[in-house]
Amino acid sequence: MLAAIGVDSMEGLLVDIPQSLRIPRLELPNGLSEFETMAQIASLASRNRAYPDRLTFRGGGVYRRFIPAAVAAVTSKPEFYTAYTPYQPEASQGTLQAIYEFQTLIAELTALDVANASLYDGATAVAEAAMMAHVHTGRNEVLVAGYVHPEYVEVLRGFSEGRGIKVKKGSEPTAKTAAVVFQQPDFLGLLVDARDLTQRAHDVGALAIACVDPISLALLAPPGEYGADIAVGEGQQLGLSPSYGGPHVGFVACRKDLVRRLPGRLIGTSHDAEGRRGFVLTLTAREQHIRREKATSNICTNHSLCALAASVYMTYMGAEGMRHIAEVSFKRAHALADKLAKLPGWELAFPERQFLSEFPIRVPKAAVVNRKLARKGILGGLDVHRWFRELNGVLTFTCTEVNDPRAIDELVEAVSL
Amino acid sequence: MTEPLSFEKGRPNVHAPRLPDADVTAPEPAEVLPRELLRSHPPTLPRLSEPEVMRHYSRLASMNYSISEQFYPLGSCTMKYNPVANEAAAALPGFSALHPYQDEETVQGALELMWRLEQALCAVVGVDRVTLQPAAGAHGEWTALRMIKAFHRSRGEARTEVLVPDSAHGTNPASAALSGFQVVEVASAPDGRISLADLESKLSSKVAALMLTNPNTLGLFERDILDIAELVHNTGAMLYYDGANLNAFMGVCRPGDMGFDAVHMNLHKTFTTPHGGGGPGAGPVGVKADLVPFLPTPTVERMNGHLKLDFKRPQSIGRVRSFYGNFGMLVRAYTYIVAMGGDGLTQASLDAVLSANYLRKRVEGLLEMPHDGPCMHEFVASARNLAPNGIKALDVAKGLLERDFYAPTIYFPLVVPEAIMVEPTETESKPTLDAFAAAIADIVKEAKKEPEKLHQAPHGLPVGRLDEVATARRINAYLQGQSEDPILRWKPDQNEGC
Repeated sequence: MLAAIGVDSMEGLLVDIPQSLRIPRLELPNGLSEFETMAQIASLASRNRAYPDRLTFRGGGVYRRFIPAAVAAVTSKPEFYTAYTPYQPEASQGTLQAIYEFQTLIAELTALDVANASLYDGATAVAEAAMMAHVHTGRNEVLVAGYVHPEYVEVLRGFSEGRGIKVKKGSEPTAKTAAVVFQQPDFLGLLVDARDLTQRAHDVGALAIACVDPISLALLAPPGEYGADIAVGEGQQLGLSPSYGGPHVGFVACRKDLVRRLPGRLIGTSHDAEGRRGFVLTLTAREQHIRREKATSNICTNHSLCALAASVYMTYMGAEGMRHIAEVSFKRAHALADKLAKLPGWELAFPERQFLSEFPIRVPKAAVVNRKLARKGILGGLDVHRWFRELNGVLTFTCTEVNDPRAIDELVEAVSL
Repeated sequence: MTEPLSFEKGRPNVHAPRLPDADVTAPEPAEVLPRELLRSHPPTLPRLSEPEVMRHYSRLASMNYSISEQFYPLGSCTMKYNPVANEAAAALPGFSALHPYQDEETVQGALELMWRLEQALCAVVGVDRVTLQPAAGAHGEWTALRMIKAFHRSRGEARTEVLVPDSAHGTNPASAALSGFQVVEVASAPDGRISLADLESKLSSKVAALMLTNPNTLGLFERDILDIAELVHNTGAMLYYDGANLNAFMGVCRPGDMGFDAVHMNLHKTFTTPHGGGGPGAGPVGVKADLVPFLPTPTVERMNGHLKLDFKRPQSIGRVRSFYGNFGMLVRAYTYIVAMGGDGLTQASLDAVLSANYLRKRVEGLLEMPHDGPCMHEFVASARNLAPNGIKALDVAKGLLERDFYAPTIYFPLVVPEAIMVEPTETESKPTLDAFAAAIADIVKEAKKEPEKLHQAPHGLPVGRLDEVATARRINAYLQGQSEDPILRWKPDQNEGC
């Protein structure tokens, strides 16, 4: 090959690199065989404690759920996972159609007009939605109402800083407010009055941004029903493993008149000369590769493979299946809450508030409770005090279809000891 | 061959899969929750049996080109083979089943992996610390610019401009704007490299940073990089490295030594995590000591063999996404680095440069080469020589699809008319490169003999060229209330099926 190029050695190809910059060698150990590599990696994996699904009661944005085998069977197809962003539509119809179906699934679930091809995660989805509201209303304040995931709020603050937007907490928007952001159910698992918050936003000409749990939407009124303008959320529960926090998938859906403000990829239907239906990336005039500094966002891709996983999950489960597991989760969480609230010194932190499948409970000694549970192989509640001063001694527990009744009993027994 | 939508294939009598029942004593949601909190109509999701689901997605998979089946010479995207061992590593339950809010003592292996990956990336690019949190390259750019902004602010300086070469990736100016900077473009010189004169004229005390890719998007090494760094640093600005093209020189030289203060890396390019049809990727950012205090929280710290997440960093810009980054991608990249080692990574870059130069030589004479070689890991050709036959870069791309190759990046960088940007990577064999060059030769022949046929390429794929203009027009009609068809989704009321 060197001879064909017309040089004597590799040095002939590296002539543009100043000699002073050349390094003698890359200071890393030499390579290993696959066998040795995997042994090293497996030894790291074995130094982690993976709690079984049925004994995991911790949520806070990442949940254990039943993942049908169909999901991995599809996402591990190399035609999907080793393809690139579908720049050449004729050779990417598989990805394009799957993501078009994802857009439809999310739009259906949220009861809004249009959804995009996905974002990185729930946190950046909230931030991107706030940017949409800022540009749409021309206003510079975003109001965060109630217990929105603290990490989402932190990311929102970071995004806002660059655009000169103020992020405030509260539920009284003013004429300066671009959007009211709320989470349904909230970070603690409690249901909020989404209708009222939406109305309050609209009364002052602000947008309502609902951060929603996609599984809950099989049961709960979706954002489109109560008039929210933008729905965002984290799609991890739709067939993705916890994987220490990622990769997961963010989603964003909106009303028709906000479509041009959407960040990221959008896929639409098209036709070829013979009239066959096909799918293409569209409305690219919003995006960074065309608009550069005037783009709606800097996002270049999406989380396509995770969106594919979510699509397979929703298609496999159907509306009926999703509703069923939402109901099972609801009942089990309520059964657990009932049992825990009867323990001496334990009481629901917000007894007057409704919840779905996650709930906050005040316990005598949070650290002791979780240590007891860990000893029995149980991943106990999430100590939310680290984010919220007023929630001293409060743990949130979550229950889904993977936490069988026996597991619930084991948890109650373990903390009763 | 086309495949109906899952929504269109649905049958009303298909029931949900068998799922566990609650088996506990508790009320039904409808008995407890107020009616206005409940959904009034179920969403219209597809109703398919498991075999139908599997067949649907298998058929969709067969409509994709991918690394697993095709040569994918997308310039700037580094489409190298994704080792399957990476996938096996990420799927280990000791990684995939970890909850992000587990106690530190129970995730020491995960933190150790992150710490070691950070050390390895520091060694490759020559920086002091790395944050693994950004989810993608563009996200990394934005993260770095926020650190640079915080750095200047900590010194009482309000610098408002970011310089970006005209050949830069579109994400550079977009990230700068999102971080609240004004974007100022720097021109390329006739040799394709940044114009030092233009750079000097645009540098001032208002400039926060210059964003640079090296080798640049033309595949050319910025020979004057040390002078560039000096010019930039002399005005108090920082030098930012867009790591899209890092595959060109691992083990040969390091951005940190060139004077870059912040460096983003694309694990999905250089370190073989799969592209997934457009993500998830990972875009870690490396920084020199000056920027370390501003790294996103948490960082991974090692003390007496114990690893911990450090949230107490007073000057930090805060977190840039939830949790700790796309951890599953970090596992894949680390697995690749362990398998390759320092020697393997170096060889990978040398082979990438060799492949690109070899292919460049083979294509030279068929297409125009606007800049002199040698190139680094990629080269930019131009289809301008086919203009007399009415053939454009797009036609060449479609002709390649028809010949079972994915197309190179086209119409980028913007500074080259009819650009065709080819990055073969080190994982392609000489016979593959030869076959690609032969396909280009065949297309050039067709361009001269039967340009009409090439205009209609690709033949034999699931669909022919799609009318993107019509799509945009129909979306406009929908957005302006002149049509009920949203184009961006399937709609139950207008379609038969579910």
